[in-house]
Amino acid sequence: MNTTRFSIRYLLLIAAVLMLSLSSYAAEQKESVATIKMTQAAKQASKSTADHTKFTELQKDFESGPEVTAACLECHTEAAKQVHSTKHWTWEFLNPATKQRLGKRNVINNFCTSVKSNQAFCSACHVGYGWKDDTFDFAKEENVDCLVCHDTTGKYKKIPGLSGHPNYKPMEWPPKSGKIREPVDLKKVAQNVGKTSRDSCGSCHFYGGGGNAVKHGDLDSSLKQPLRYLDVHMEAKGLNFSCGKCHLSDSHEVTGSRYAPTAADDKGALLRGKEDGRNPTTCVACHGNEPHKEYAKLNDHIDKVACQTCHIPEFARGNIPTKMTWDWSTAGRLDENGKRLKIRNSGGMVAYDSKKGDFTYESSVIPEYVWFNGNVRYTLFGDKVDGSEIVKINQFMGGPDDPNSRIWPVKVFRGKQPWDVGNQTLAVFHTAGEDDNAYWKKYDWEKAMKVGMAAAGMEYSGKMDFVETEMSWPITHMVAPKADALSCAQCHNENGRLRNVQGIYLPGANNTPVMDKIGLGIALLALLGVLAHGGIRILTSRKGAK
Amino acid sequence: MARIYIFKRFERFWHWSQAALIVFMLLTGFEVHGSYRIFGFENAVTYHTFAAWMIIALWVFAVFWHFTTGEWKQYIPTMEKVDAMVKYYITGIFTNAPHPFKQTRLSKHNPLQRLAYLFVLVVINPVIWFSGWAYLFYNDLAVVGLGWLSLDWIAFFHVVGAFMMLIFFIAHVYLATAGHTPTAHIKAMITGWEESEE
Repeated sequence: MNTTRFSIRYLLLIAAVLMLSLSSYAAEQKESVATIKMTQAAKQASKSTADHTKFTELQKDFESGPEVTAACLECHTEAAKQVHSTKHWTWEFLNPATKQRLGKRNVINNFCTSVKSNQAFCSACHVGYGWKDDTFDFAKEENVDCLVCHDTTGKYKKIPGLSGHPNYKPMEWPPKSGKIREPVDLKKVAQNVGKTSRDSCGSCHFYGGGGNAVKHGDLDSSLKQPLRYLDVHMEAKGLNFSCGKCHLSDSHEVTGSRYAPTAADDKGALLRGKEDGRNPTTCVACHGNEPHKEYAKLNDHIDKVACQTCHIPEFARGNIPTKMTWDWSTAGRLDENGKRLKIRNSGGMVAYDSKKGDFTYESSVIPEYVWFNGNVRYTLFGDKVDGSEIVKINQFMGGPDDPNSRIWPVKVFRGKQPWDVGNQTLAVFHTAGEDDNAYWKKYDWEKAMKVGMAAAGMEYSGKMDFVETEMSWPITHMVAPKADALSCAQCHNENGRLRNVQGIYLPGANNTPVMDKIGLGIALLALLGVLAHGGIRILTSRKGAK
Repeated sequence: MARIYIFKRFERFWHWSQAALIVFMLLTGFEVHGSYRIFGFENAVTYHTFAAWMIIALWVFAVFWHFTTGEWKQYIPTMEKVDAMVKYYITGIFTNAPHPFKQTRLSKHNPLQRLAYLFVLVVINPVIWFSGWAYLFYNDLAVVGLGWLSLDWIAFFHVVGAFMMLIFFIAHVYLATAGHTPTAHIKAMITGWEESEE
């Protein structure tokens, strides 16, 4: 009896303990679910102190982009003036070192080549409204497009051909696709403005050159939600950097420039608030000059090698191929019905387009490597071209004896494009437009050249041809996690990645063949000598024994 | 047959550990130089650097030992009997002629050895060591006013030193068999005791 009572008490006790622990477990579970929900909510909610949905200025059905801008400017009185002084607005950049007048407005590249005479099309990526020709008013504040950078909904899209406007009426887009694109809800977009993001910057910069991944090679839509292998800083579930984390901006001026990059930064980490005019967008500005702690020998490379060279082992690593070549000379071939041809390669990419010619693409591309001191020299419109050699659209200056030079990874984009033989210059030609002079309308080079050259301020000589061109793009995005950085032997090797880089002593790359032959020769002679000497000793001692 | 205690315990330890390190550093060093592939470049660099610090540590002890024991005097060069030694190696060794040099505890190296080791001490080692340090601290050279030294010259001298060491090594290993029996010197380096002919 006694024992039963005891065991019942025991059982009760055990049950109680079980119940308690179960309930506390359940509570814990609830709590953790609640925390997760709360953090998620906090993440979704803007950290801004202003909720734009509550702004009376934005409680209206906007008819156009400029109307939205006018509303923005009611509070952000200085914003448009700030934008007006930026490259994003002027598309112009005066290189202080070379005095070359650069910027999208001035340079000729070997993709779509030139903005001139094609503004209505190209300005889909201009931070403004209405730039269709030289009459555009660059001083008008309402012409600034706030939304293209500050949209957070992802719904705001500017359409090529509409001079920087989104469509305000339903329209077929892409052309001849049969799909109707509804106009964007400007009120909703305006009420949901926020900080710039990978999505908003990427809406232009991922699509440079006329499509996803086409131009840069290290910028494409795979960076919207990148995994760790693709970009260790922008990893969506990791550090989740926005573009602006590195491209620190002030008064709408975005730092980091492809026209005048910082090729070598030996100034160490940049302290917050320290205003010394240096570029804050470099690797060094955060990581300093001795970033390798585990294996300090790696720090010895920084006087010759850019961080990017090892830490971006390949570009276009996000499974979206980047364009590598563009041959305009084959453009204009039509099918038997005189219609535009679009031929896809086995990977589904357009390999031939009547409007543009032949293309090739590559994914996970091993960069080319060049000495670079940050000074880029362009072949501009009017600069002499004689067709006898490959035209360097831009040239990365620098060399092994220049202390400001580093070995950089670059994407070299190769093409063949029109030049004006009579005027001995790269050509500006009219591509996009609804008029019959546009090459993409009638496939007539003569008309396109005439209008294009005139728009660039030169009379077409009447004779055009195609010339091979090369353009270099610095590779600086898609930074891999350290485990994926280049291993030593990928360069320190006779056939390593830097085999074409001049003026560098690379241990392990068989640099001193003459000395090696002499040294090894003497060593072999010594070996033969001692072997002979020993041989004779053995022989004579045997004789002596006999 | 006389036996003398020539090589003391530390000296033997120093010799063999140094020998192992030098062989290992030749092996890894020429891989870093790109002559062949055994460990892989990165490992070769790591091992080579590690071995370098080991040999530096060893040398700190060795230098201390040489000065405290006065053994450094063993390397004072002399030209006396050099010609006899050369003659011995060219002819005498084949005819069982008596060795012209008589080892004592105060003079354990024959005059050719003295010259050879002195050459290692004042030429080969400094070339390797100074170029090696410059190699190791390449990016901090400017701090000591050597910023003008370029890597190709540093590496050039380091590799020249390595080849000299390789050639010394070949000759040294062979001449180790040139005692009164082929293994006499080697035994002495292991046990410390050298047997001489009388």
